[in-house]
Amino acid sequence: MTSRFDVAVIGAGVMGCATALFLARGGMHVVLLDRSEICREASGVNAGTLTMQMTRAALIPYALRAHEMWMTMPDWCAGGDVLATSCPGLSVAFTDAEAAMLEERARIRRAAGAPIELIGGSAAQAIEPGLADGVKLAGHCPIDGFASAYLTGRAFRAALQEAGVTLMEATPVRGIAGRFVLDTETGPVAAQRVVLAGGVWLQDMAAWLGVTLPIKVLINQLVVTERMPPVMRTVLGVASGLLSLKQYANGTVLIGGGWQGIGDRARGGVAVRPENFLGNVRLAAHTVPALRQARVVRSWLGLEAETADALPAIGPIPGIDDAWIIGSVHSGYTSGPYMGRILAQAILGEAPELPLFPIDRLLHQGSNSA
Amino acid sequence: MIHDIAVLGGGPAGMAAATEAAHGGARVVLLEESLAPGGQVYRAAPPGFHAKPDADRRAGNALRAALAKSGAELRTGCRVWGLGGGPLVPEGQAREPFSLSALGADGVPFTLQARALILCCGTHERIIPFPGWTLPGVIGLAAATILLKAQGILPGRRVVVAGAGPLLYAVAAKILAGGGSVAAVIDAATQGEWLRALPALAARPDLLTQGIAWRAKLLAARVPVLAGAQVTAAEGDKVLTHVRVGDHVFAADALCVGHGLVPATEASRTYRAQHAHRPEDGGWVPVLDAAQRTSVAFLYAAGDGAGVRGAAAAPAAGRLAARTALQDLGFNTPNASEEDAALARARRTGAAMARMMALRPAMIQAIPAETIICRCEGVTRAAIEDAAAAGAGTINQLKHFTRCGMGPCQGRMCGEAAGALLASARGVGVADVGFTTGRIPLRPVPMEAILGDFDYADIPVPAAAPI
Repeated sequence: MTSRFDVAVIGAGVMGCATALFLARGGMHVVLLDRSEICREASGVNAGTLTMQMTRAALIPYALRAHEMWMTMPDWCAGGDVLATSCPGLSVAFTDAEAAMLEERARIRRAAGAPIELIGGSAAQAIEPGLADGVKLAGHCPIDGFASAYLTGRAFRAALQEAGVTLMEATPVRGIAGRFVLDTETGPVAAQRVVLAGGVWLQDMAAWLGVTLPIKVLINQLVVTERMPPVMRTVLGVASGLLSLKQYANGTVLIGGGWQGIGDRARGGVAVRPENFLGNVRLAAHTVPALRQARVVRSWLGLEAETADALPAIGPIPGIDDAWIIGSVHSGYTSGPYMGRILAQAILGEAPELPLFPIDRLLHQGSNSA
Repeated sequence: MIHDIAVLGGGPAGMAAATEAAHGGARVVLLEESLAPGGQVYRAAPPGFHAKPDADRRAGNALRAALAKSGAELRTGCRVWGLGGGPLVPEGQAREPFSLSALGADGVPFTLQARALILCCGTHERIIPFPGWTLPGVIGLAAATILLKAQGILPGRRVVVAGAGPLLYAVAAKILAGGGSVAAVIDAATQGEWLRALPALAARPDLLTQGIAWRAKLLAARVPVLAGAQVTAAEGDKVLTHVRVGDHVFAADALCVGHGLVPATEASRTYRAQHAHRPEDGGWVPVLDAAQRTSVAFLYAAGDGAGVRGAAAAPAAGRLAARTALQDLGFNTPNASEEDAALARARRTGAAMARMMALRPAMIQAIPAETIICRCEGVTRAAIEDAAAAGAGTINQLKHFTRCGMGPCQGRMCGEAAGALLASARGVGVADVGFTTGRIPLRPVPMEAILGDFDYADIPVPAAAPI
């Protein structure tokens, strides 16, 4: 058996990496395990959107702080960089129904702290010349932006090692015995504390501890174009949230919005649905007509976790001392590093800057057998 | 309307598969990207071009004629971009018919369904990167054969032909026959390798005779042939002017270079069939049973895309795949046509040539650090090795760390070399670094073409997430 760690973090996505990093910086002896490679699931394949206009209202204060963290990532992540870019964000409405939805959502998000103002179609086109005609109303948020999510693993990896985190990739955990001995193919790993950070696999992980935590799995589709001349300069979405568009510095345009593909927890992302691929690119081309000149080069899938109330699971696991959980954060990449920071604060015995999202509300009575 | 059998790719394997399947009474459709079926070796001349009929053209014409009479529906000039159905269904649901989305030759998008799918997708060319390989004037050997065969166009006035396998001598001889000059032939294989391949070649006296004739042509034209050699650098300011081979420098305005063929597995990877890494077959190939079945029910593969054995051996494999599909679908299977000893000989020769064209690890090791491996994204060998040192363990993670393979070619050109470099940097086998996940579109697809006419109100936008 390896020496006993202060804490074992299971799952090396953005939540697990950030938690592990800040725990190590707080003086703990940390092991971070992943069944595959660092940030190869949702954290590495998401749309990299750092927007407030798709973030759930309750998460806006967290997302604003995380936005700041992403923009300054090299400063706190040992030079690790995801090429985060700050730009305005627009959420547009083409129909009256969308305009009504936009008004309501902008109001709620503004109340939560996102500086969203409602503007007309021509004002929106002044901010985003690539935008189509016919916009009835737009939500404009100066705090928006995007990152290259595929760089996330590389960005965290060096910082984790510099902070002394023991990173065990390609090491699936099969179960947890006692308090706490992790069962892996390469032998047991012992730790005084455990943090479950397994994305859509949190349900399975919670079960290791006898906790029933239902987690719904979303199979988000993404599409990317070849490099093309500049066609847009904002992060652009529609009121329903079913479109997210941005053009990277290299000229590629990423088209997302949560259209669903085929997949599940057991098999991962199985296949892109061609009909949803088509719906997603039609919405994109309707919004930015110049995209008609693009060639689509690839589509892919990322698995997003969602709790019963679609709010995060971040906090202590009830009834099991020193067991913690983090995940199921809607648009989780956006607020991920900040969520890791505040969970680390709580584990280190400090008061988190903002409240956690304890999971007691999600557990059935008596489901906790510990 | 659902087809019984769809065949993807109209080379020799695909033409024969579609013909055999139609003979068995199935409703068959063959989808082919080129304007006419034929594939690379049996490529038809485009309209208005008249190439001199040779043995390849005659063999291709025979397969085309049989296909035309078979009753199989032929969709040429179409780009298949979307694959769905088959095993690609939500958890717990029964398998569906295969679904193929394509752009027709007329530019109109269409989708068709089939109960069984035979993949005859051929290969892409392998080019092991060397300094200057991305200069204008450097083209693939197979690309050169398309120019020469289909359209009688010379790749340049003074050409260096380099790489591995029989295509070298075919291209050099055709350039001479077309009135061009060949500055040199640079053969990665040694004379000893060719001598060892002779017994297998002797199984196909026709090919052996052809090969000897090609060599004689080069000899008569006093073309220098460097055996066991490789291009050190392609040089030139904006375009190719010189080809360096160790101490030799050849003035040239074109370099045709190819180091073998890599099976095209985009479709079988998208359907999540099981694959294995077999260098002697060209690299990653779908795992097949003896009757051409992949690990996915009702999905079959045949021809070079399932392991390089050459055009002569492909039709028999295509026919076998078709008979297996017919049988699995419950049709009466036609009697096996005369797959005689000639076929076994074709396979033996094909295997010997495939060995000669297999990836040469020494050539990978010889790539200088600053040479570009992924030309779409400008990723060098040094960048790949940096990523390996930074913890990239698999080809999919290498993509994330470097963008290698994320461009328009989606790793078709660079994937194999990148995988070999990553494996060697990590000290593991090529199979251990895996292959990139297969996803649609199979080819870059113009948005304008697939969008079709639509009203905003008709886009089936799903319900919004909770606020």
